[in-house]
Amino acid sequence: MADFFHQNLSYFLSGISVGGQYALIAIGYTMVYGILRLINFAHGDVFMCAGLMMVYFSSSLPFAISIPAVLLLTLLLGFVIERVAYKPLRSAPRMSVMISAIGVSYLLQNAALYFTGGLAKVYPEIPFLSRSVQIWGATTRVVTLVTPVLTVVLVVLLTLLIKHTKIGMAMRAVSRDFETSQLMGIKINRVISMTFMLGSILAAVASLLYFTNYASVTPTSGAMPGLKAFVAAVFGGIGSIPGAVIGAFIIGICENIIKGGASIFGIPGSGWTTFSDAFTFAFLIIVLIVRPTGLFGEKSVDKV
Amino acid sequence: MRKTVLSLVIAIVACAMVFAGGSSESDSTVVKIGVFEPASGDNGAGGKQETLGIQYANSLTPTVMIGDTEYTVELVLADNESSNDRAASAAATLVNAGASVVLGSYGSGVSIAGSDTFRVAGVPAIGITCTNPQVTEGNSHYFRICYLDPFQGTVLANYAYNELGARKVYCLAKLGDDYSGGLVNYFVEQFTSLGGEVVSETFPDGNSDFTSYIANAKNSGCEVFFSPVSTEAAQLIINQSDSQGLGMPILAGDTWDSNVILQAALGKNADITVTTFYPEGADPEFDAAFKEWVNADSTRLANNGGDDTISAVTAMGYDAYYFALQAIQNAGSTDPADIMDALWTTEIDGVTGHIALDDVNGDAIRNTVYVKHANTTTGGWDALPAVVVD
Repeated sequence: MADFFHQNLSYFLSGISVGGQYALIAIGYTMVYGILRLINFAHGDVFMCAGLMMVYFSSSLPFAISIPAVLLLTLLLGFVIERVAYKPLRSAPRMSVMISAIGVSYLLQNAALYFTGGLAKVYPEIPFLSRSVQIWGATTRVVTLVTPVLTVVLVVLLTLLIKHTKIGMAMRAVSRDFETSQLMGIKINRVISMTFMLGSILAAVASLLYFTNYASVTPTSGAMPGLKAFVAAVFGGIGSIPGAVIGAFIIGICENIIKGGASIFGIPGSGWTTFSDAFTFAFLIIVLIVRPTGLFGEKSVDKV
Repeated sequence: MRKTVLSLVIAIVACAMVFAGGSSESDSTVVKIGVFEPASGDNGAGGKQETLGIQYANSLTPTVMIGDTEYTVELVLADNESSNDRAASAAATLVNAGASVVLGSYGSGVSIAGSDTFRVAGVPAIGITCTNPQVTEGNSHYFRICYLDPFQGTVLANYAYNELGARKVYCLAKLGDDYSGGLVNYFVEQFTSLGGEVVSETFPDGNSDFTSYIANAKNSGCEVFFSPVSTEAAQLIINQSDSQGLGMPILAGDTWDSNVILQAALGKNADITVTTFYPEGADPEFDAAFKEWVNADSTRLANNGGDDTISAVTAMGYDAYYFALQAIQNAGSTDPADIMDALWTTEIDGVTGHIALDDVNGDAIRNTVYVKHANTTTGGWDALPAVVVD
């Protein structure tokens, strides 16, 4: 058993690290869904924008300034998107808000296409994170080891915030019942803005970790990670934060096991790698058939 | 009331946008050459460099003599976004703009996808660096001035077997990509017939995590990593092969001959060898003049990837332009049908060598492949001896 892990360590490391990055993005999806019942399609593109900002900032500023600046500006971007594209539609049918979200997603992608001229931008090497390390015979980057730890720390902090602060209590109230909490004097717009800002800043952290490993940013870089994170959120039960995190880790690890299938299971030339993405989405379908609400999803209660 | 007015205004603006496109009158002494190249997507970087070669040639020779009349050459650009499903509409844009002949595209997949539009319209197209045989096979309107993948794949396989001494090679292509899939296929054919062994895998579109593929290559005991994929994926592969400690030479085809690769490999632990159409330094006059032209304008410099390294595709784009001009001159007309007839017998001496087409598919008759090795300390290419096949 130990031998098996030793030989295939690099696949598991990749899986855990990419899973952590999906988790940070998935939290943004799941929190917004929990409160607004909205699937924020622009979230993957916010993640991509954070990556591009870093490319541009780091070319002229030291990391000590550019990293906080990226976090701050991404937070601001999330806030602005909510205010401009979603708030005016608060009383509109849910479908309109979703279409608006798709619109924002394309707007961000095309704005990025305009600014970058369509070429892939090379992500800067962040000195500490990009260093190569050897662990137990596998070579990898520091960021691979940092990601799962950082993800868990951030999730614990987020859970504390939701459980033990006033704004967290307000969030829980809003997600339970939108209208009643409004009647009870909760400033609903503040709570929603806060949710979007939290989601965006986590996406910015995810972009730092993700692009340090996969160092090229294009206007569509956010699409695939965004989609996988969304799958993770649905898989874990959309609306549930621990569900999203566990779902993301499962998807990240499974994806890499499939990619390494030939080597892990000793079936050479089986062409498994071709199906790594197909597997992810087929997995989602199966889970939804067996448990329609996902792993940790809330039971739907019909209110009269 | 306000709403009605608003809808009316939106409708008018929308109509204005639609009609704004179709107002240009065609001048009688203008001949239009369509440039069918990607400016965005996976192959955006390469497409821009190829376009630069065409634009540079156009800046030197902006006119062509047809009979006794001097015609001005107008380049019409259309971005096919490196995407097979956008290629047809980009091709239609060029046909509708009245292009007499089309150059491009970088990337075999988009060339094949756009081919039918050109065939129906009767417009001849000249492939510049699309190496997949299917581009010209079985049709009479698509021509090509570069060598083909069966040839390139064979040369690469021989190189891996004889020069690098490899007996087991890891091949990685992109799923559904005509270029990398085709080249890997020809490579595998030749390499196995030499007595070597291959492990062949594909990665899906939009994938940026290559660590598991690199681990597969290491675990399966391969000695060479062959991955003739787009430059965008190449950046990631180089980067991750360094951090994962790949520890074997990387071999690739003509797409990797780009400064994007050099920039990615700079300072990394990477051993990269590529085959290509033109080595920088083969024609010092062309090199110097082109560098001056690129450095004179910041947009050109950005389109060339931020420095003045000369890509083979740029030299090929330059030759393609002159090849098209020669064909127009030989045809003595701006009519696409006349040019199509004239192309079969057109010949020129370009910077990348003598160009003449065979009479079967309209493919270039070439027998030389240049080989380059990336220097990770200077960030330039080191030329290796060229391979000439009889």
